[in-house]
Amino acid sequence: MPRAGALPSSAQPRGLIPDPILTALIAVVMAYGLVVLYSAISADPAVFRAQLVRLGLGVLVMLVLANLHPRIYLRWAPLVYLGGTALLVAVLLMGVNVKGSTRWLDLPLLPRFQPSEVMKLAVPMAVAWYLHDRPLPPTLKDVVVCLAIIGVPAGLIVLQPDLGTGILVAAAGALVMMLGGLRWRLIGITGVLLAAAAPVLWQGLQDYQRQRILTLFDPESDPLGAGWNIIQSTTAIGSGGVSGKGLFQGTQSHLEFLPEAQTDFIIAVIGEELGLVGICTLLVLYVMIVGRGLYTAATSPRTFDRLLSGALTLTFFVYVFVNVGMVSGLLPVVGVPLPLISYGGTSALTLLAGFGIVMSVYKHREW
Amino acid sequence: MAALALKDKLSERALYRSRSAIMFLFVLVLTAVLAVRMFQLQVLEHEAYQTRSEQNRIQVQPLAPRRGLIFDRHGELLADNRAIYNLSLVKERVPDLQQTIEALSALVEVDESDVEEFETRLKRRRRPFEAVMLRSMLSDEERAVLAVNRNRLPGVEITPQTVRHYPYGELFAHAIGSVRRINEDDLRRLDPVRYSASQFMGKRGVEAFYERSLHGDVGYQQVEVDAHGRIRKTIDTDPPAAGQNLSVHLDSHLQIAASAALGLRRGAIVALDPRSGGVLALVSNPSYDPNLFVTGISAAEYGALTSARDTPLFNRAVNGQYAPGSTFKPVVGLAALSHRLVAWDEQIEDRGSFKLANQDRIYRDWSWQKNNSGGQGMVDLNRAIYRSSNVYFYHLGTRLHIDQLVGFASQFGFGQQLALDIADSSAGLLPNPVWKRGAKGEVWYPGDNVNMSIGQGDLLVTPLQLASYAATIANRGRVVRPRLLLSSDAPLVEHDPPPPRPPVEGPSPDDWERIVDAMEDVVHRGNKGFRQNGTAWAYIGRDISYRMAGKSGTAQVVEIKQGEEYDEEELDEYNRKHAWFIAFAPADKPMIALAVLVENGGGGSSVAAPVARQVMDAYLLPKLAVSQVSTGDAL
Repeated sequence: MPRAGALPSSAQPRGLIPDPILTALIAVVMAYGLVVLYSAISADPAVFRAQLVRLGLGVLVMLVLANLHPRIYLRWAPLVYLGGTALLVAVLLMGVNVKGSTRWLDLPLLPRFQPSEVMKLAVPMAVAWYLHDRPLPPTLKDVVVCLAIIGVPAGLIVLQPDLGTGILVAAAGALVMMLGGLRWRLIGITGVLLAAAAPVLWQGLQDYQRQRILTLFDPESDPLGAGWNIIQSTTAIGSGGVSGKGLFQGTQSHLEFLPEAQTDFIIAVIGEELGLVGICTLLVLYVMIVGRGLYTAATSPRTFDRLLSGALTLTFFVYVFVNVGMVSGLLPVVGVPLPLISYGGTSALTLLAGFGIVMSVYKHREW
Repeated sequence: MAALALKDKLSERALYRSRSAIMFLFVLVLTAVLAVRMFQLQVLEHEAYQTRSEQNRIQVQPLAPRRGLIFDRHGELLADNRAIYNLSLVKERVPDLQQTIEALSALVEVDESDVEEFETRLKRRRRPFEAVMLRSMLSDEERAVLAVNRNRLPGVEITPQTVRHYPYGELFAHAIGSVRRINEDDLRRLDPVRYSASQFMGKRGVEAFYERSLHGDVGYQQVEVDAHGRIRKTIDTDPPAAGQNLSVHLDSHLQIAASAALGLRRGAIVALDPRSGGVLALVSNPSYDPNLFVTGISAAEYGALTSARDTPLFNRAVNGQYAPGSTFKPVVGLAALSHRLVAWDEQIEDRGSFKLANQDRIYRDWSWQKNNSGGQGMVDLNRAIYRSSNVYFYHLGTRLHIDQLVGFASQFGFGQQLALDIADSSAGLLPNPVWKRGAKGEVWYPGDNVNMSIGQGDLLVTPLQLASYAATIANRGRVVRPRLLLSSDAPLVEHDPPPPRPPVEGPSPDDWERIVDAMEDVVHRGNKGFRQNGTAWAYIGRDISYRMAGKSGTAQVVEIKQGEEYDEEELDEYNRKHAWFIAFAPADKPMIALAVLVENGGGGSSVAAPVARQVMDAYLLPKLAVSQVSTGDAL
């Protein structure tokens, strides 16, 4: 008789695809995304092929990571974290400047990449690694250490400057603490402190960042400048109505009123062409992925596995919320792509790698 | 220990599960927030965004109608439309404006004033991505050069435009007028819808009077544009309705002849068909090229035109107001006959000067000389016309009450605007005591009658008025309104003719014939000896092959002091006398009536009469030759 909580051996996942359900959900979202992207790029075959290659590469990475044992991640977590942080320092010292911020690193023998992207995985790994053999809920001392683990790389990223990614990296680490049972009292105090510090933080923002936040409240104040993106994206979504204008029929995107239609603002293309139905379908798929990921985490026997896979899944949702919130005019414009849909390689690769870790946890749930 | 560890693990798992559940709940709530936001945008506010999206992509663009063409009586094109190409810049697509303009000036001619005007236009309100003109009228070579360099000049466009063209240039400038750019004053008066696609409107002559018909009706096209203002496709078109084509009475052959007859001299010629009132020729010299106002005229060029002493923009033929001089004498004679104040056989002695009772002022005849050897001797009305005796008419002037003279003269249209469709023509001035008290604060003196009897004093007429006066005599009293329009494809909105003028009342048919005879004598009575010939005979009557009736006039510009002689040499050119000649022919069956004015030209018979003869010849000789041939065939 198997021990309580253990799965019957017949249900133990085998083979290259450890979690067919999650894999299928991800595949459906990616397929959906490719269809919409095909419309958003006006059927440009070269761009479409590039995206296919990137997604294929991402899936490959996901499957490889899915088949590694989670203890490998536990073992490598500190090293990945330290290495990533060192690369962030390197970016500040010798990075490539693109459009006023230094985010890219151009190392010999490697393609140009953003080390901050690595930290989206490395920071939750490091926090989970630190907390996995300590009593939970964490003590105040442990909380302080965790905040330091999170704060150093997040701070380095904000210095690039890349406030959006910095916040997302910090959120990934904070989510680990949250799942680890961080006391509500501390969460409350943090909230109050952040609110109190808001004026100071406001002063610390760059002009363009402040402008983006102000635009959120009154996009009409500068309709052809700062307000343009948000006016055009809400117009695209709103004009789609319940069922949309039809695939390839979106005027906002095809007549180039909608900026960044194939990258950050692609949800507006969905809203315009496929309507409320199209957007809600996608949201349901996203929630199912999140549910599947959280289920995997909750049924996992080891603390590190639980914390890491749960936090990665929730981080995925944070991306969804920030992106859709920003395009629909609820949040300020920050450069966050729509997970698994937006055109672009780096973000898809990181996300699929994250799901690879989640699947690895699913595969190795034996006690 | 193991049990404790297990318990810890279990409590940790319980803690994790509760946190995980809370977080999932949180996920659901946030997803619901997004869904509600989408519901708000896509269902509740859908219509507003729908409208917004349509406004983004659909632009309604007005389409300019094709302006109606203007033809002369023989179908010759006087005002045409043609395509020109302009060099324009789309500022939003030009990386560096200064650099681009420099690069362009290396390729095509772009001078400083072009750049200045471009900068002015750039400051005006415009849609984003609207092209702004830098230079108009590119030549074919310039277009080719620009096409070759197109790729390295982003934002540079060659835009076609249909504009008015006057193939005869300055020849018809004062008759047809011209279109000019619509300015801000015009915009306040014009229907903004009708003119939404128009840049020009008729501002002078036929172009101005028939503006409503010539302009046509604006059309629209609905186009889909992208965010960069580029038209992607046309959704719907409501084509513009072209303006009416018009034919006018003008005869381009005659216009050319009249212009040539005047040559470089300042002056005006108006020729009418006395039967219809149709304007056959209307020349005002000097003139200007109306195409300048279409293709763009620099401030310097415009300044030169407006400040020139010989005022080329001024339409002397319809707005020039001058004393008619002796051309007015037939009116005075006919008025006196009508009021039975003189008879054809009454003779008055002309010794070269005239005095009013109890006054010292001497009124002179044109033949007066210091030694009192002037004068025409005994003159009756016939002789008073062909010799143009001032003294005779001074006498008639004193016999006529001013109201009688003014009442009679106004039947010819003096002091009024008679023309049917000639834009902004002047009314001249037919003075009377009421006018004089109002305008000058003076009473009417008997001397005013005397001056008016020879067409001097305050009396003012335009060449157009004198031509229509000549036509009225040619018609033996039937008054026709001068008109330009001959025909149009459809009835015109402007065509709301005033009632026809009643014929001139007073003179008997015999009086008319004898006045015409006297005016024929002006031209044809010759070889009769000293002071016996018509005043114009020596200049035009010796070799004329048809019967012409005419009357010369010489209008003083400055008053000659009592006792002094008029010495042309001593006077500034612009103070010399104006030369007039009015005429019609053939005298018994008139086909043309005209008035010739040569500003500061000198004597009417010597200067203006030969011009009139030249114009008459050009019009009549071909026609008379044809009718002779046909008469010969009939015989």
